[in-house]
Amino acid sequence: MAENSIPLPGSIDLAPARESGGTLLEWLHEWIVTVDHKRLGILYILYATFFLLVGGAEAVAIRIQLAFPLNHFLSAQVYNRFFTMHGTTMVFLVGMTFVFGFANYIIPLQIGARDMAFPRLNAFSFWVTAFGGLLLYYSFLGGGGLYGVGNAPDVGWFAYAPLTARAFSPGHAIDYWALALIVSGFGTVGTAINVIATVISMRCKGMTMMRLPLFSWLLLVVSGLTLVTITPLTAAQVMLVIDRYLGGHFFDTQAGGSAVVWMHFFWIFGHPEVYVLVLPAFAIANEVIPVFSRKAIFGYPAMVAASVGIAFVSLSVWAHHMFTIGMTSFSNTFFVLSTMLVGIPTGIKIFNWLATIWGGKIRFATPMLFCTAFLFQFLIAGLTGIMLAVAPWNWQLHNSYFVIAHFHYVLVGAIVFCIFAGFYYWYPKATGRMLSETLGKWHFWLFLIGFHITFDTMHFVGILGMPRSIYTYEPDRGWNTLNFVVSSGGIIQAIAVLIFGFNLVWSYFHGRVAGNDPWDAWTLEWNTTSPPPPYNFVQEPVVRSRRPLWDEKHPEDPDWGYEE
Amino acid sequence: MSAIPAIPPAYEGEWRTPYRGKVAMFGLIIGESAIFTIFVVAYIFYIGKSLSGPTPQQVLEVPIFITICLLSSSFTIMLAERALARNRLSGFAAWLGSTICLGLIFLGGTAIEWHELIFRDGLTISTNLFGTTYYSLVGLHATHVIIGLAMLSLVLVFALAGRMGEQHAERFAVLAMYWHFVDVVWVVVFTVVYIIGR
Repeated sequence: MAENSIPLPGSIDLAPARESGGTLLEWLHEWIVTVDHKRLGILYILYATFFLLVGGAEAVAIRIQLAFPLNHFLSAQVYNRFFTMHGTTMVFLVGMTFVFGFANYIIPLQIGARDMAFPRLNAFSFWVTAFGGLLLYYSFLGGGGLYGVGNAPDVGWFAYAPLTARAFSPGHAIDYWALALIVSGFGTVGTAINVIATVISMRCKGMTMMRLPLFSWLLLVVSGLTLVTITPLTAAQVMLVIDRYLGGHFFDTQAGGSAVVWMHFFWIFGHPEVYVLVLPAFAIANEVIPVFSRKAIFGYPAMVAASVGIAFVSLSVWAHHMFTIGMTSFSNTFFVLSTMLVGIPTGIKIFNWLATIWGGKIRFATPMLFCTAFLFQFLIAGLTGIMLAVAPWNWQLHNSYFVIAHFHYVLVGAIVFCIFAGFYYWYPKATGRMLSETLGKWHFWLFLIGFHITFDTMHFVGILGMPRSIYTYEPDRGWNTLNFVVSSGGIIQAIAVLIFGFNLVWSYFHGRVAGNDPWDAWTLEWNTTSPPPPYNFVQEPVVRSRRPLWDEKHPEDPDWGYEE
Repeated sequence: MSAIPAIPPAYEGEWRTPYRGKVAMFGLIIGESAIFTIFVVAYIFYIGKSLSGPTPQQVLEVPIFITICLLSSSFTIMLAERALARNRLSGFAAWLGSTICLGLIFLGGTAIEWHELIFRDGLTISTNLFGTTYYSLVGLHATHVIIGLAMLSLVLVFALAGRMGEQHAERFAVLAMYWHFVDVVWVVVFTVVYIIGR
């Protein structure tokens, strides 16, 4: 399909690329001091992929421990550290960095810009985030304090007070947790500001907000949401550090402080955070589904409005994580209704995707396979979400494996699937080579099967009453077989991810050469070489519609005839 | 599918996007507002929940003078902005200098207030819940004043070295936005700490 690609006049540099010389040290130096959005995007994504493997290994260890009753694969202490680190890693070091990695790489290309609005702020944000992650993991070695041995945080990723107080968590594990997240939070806020300034101020000529590709639109919404989401966590963690180091009493119930305040502050961050992570998944689906259905996205303005709507509604639902702490019936009702309200814009999105696919000429390449699975899985995740939003149902199932299954359906079934789709879709742009479709299909099917074996079954374990965060269980509870099934699905997913990792490396050297526009796509990132030169476009593009490359390829039937 | 590259009709009309510095500062202000909101909410929630003294009624005095100083610094920085935009550089340096002076008076007032609270009234951050919330909220704001003063002083150094001109007016306006934000936050902190909480 590459021969169909007609670049916008003058946008591709015809001069031969200069062979890069230099020693390994020079090469390394170039990557460390780089302010190029594409290199920083790749660094973000490599960093996230590395921690995806680390967090995944922790998950596998957790599942081996739970595969059999009264198992002794992990001790109770190590188990607590592992589930805490698994959650913290996956949300902050994997999810957030994938989001901003894709944003960094794609947005300037998609809006026809040469770089982000603030390239040096971009580099600063990446390195601060990266060192935050290292600080968190250094706690395995340095968090010892009183014990004299390594001690990672072991209080759960939500770190409820007063368990985090000095009296109950001696040593420095909690300090590493708080400081690492404050530090990486600064990086996150920096990048979010950068994305907002880039999308608003760096758009190429003719790209009005209503012609902006949906990926960039959604990342703009995500960045705005990040600004009011990460900062409450930073504030709460500053309070925690004040409590631990300066003898403050914010969460000290002995001195009039309140543990519930921590819960509120954490979930004011924690719930919108889910949308910070899932909206980029929507963003990837918004690019992949139209291209592989050979149709323009259905209901573009509705998609934009629904995304903005989700961002606003998500700010008012946090206490549905707290139905079991005993709120007033007014609060319960408010948070039940506001949570259910999320279903409306989300439903609009799902119908728009279905309408995009409807009547299209669908190509089931690997990115589309992942997005198709995402549609089904996200629907189910939304439905169990509505179940959990009903307060009495929540009282029954809160802190059981049903909740774990529900949010992993969102985090894995929606977000990770879309991230994989994004990998297969944009890898040719970043490296110049296609990922192997054969390995990709193995990856997809194994991951899909493993995912459903694990997380479908986990709902039943939850309904049977298995609570979360327990390191083992008695054999007479009736959970044995189901837990074994859940764990075996985890192994299948791990194999699939290893195939994916192998594919990333193998295709880099042996993959089919991609050309500029392997998917016959329509947005501006496909209108430059693969990989793009440091300056992206020789001449800044000018666009007239939402699909500038469609206009190029079909001058007899351009989009701008329909949009205005 | 045609193989002839078509040249799209040129974009008619002027193409302008907002200045990226202003957009970014607006984003930073939104994020900072969220941080302050959390601290303010914590302060309000914990009013009257201290189990031991001293209480705000016993020790806090309303800092009218330094509040007037800080709020008028918003006015002087606006005059500095205007002077820079019209390329009146000595006027710019003078108004900028007075902004910094007013900010320093505010910080000095806070320092005296804290000194009295600590050594006269025995209130530290670990004394009681009031101390914890008071010092962290007022301290968070003072930190922002210090950061703002550092940046303003840097600009003053450049101005005195003759390196500032009207070409920097847009950039200086970004810094002024931050300073206005710091002032607005003080109005909220002042209301919560010295009026509602006392």
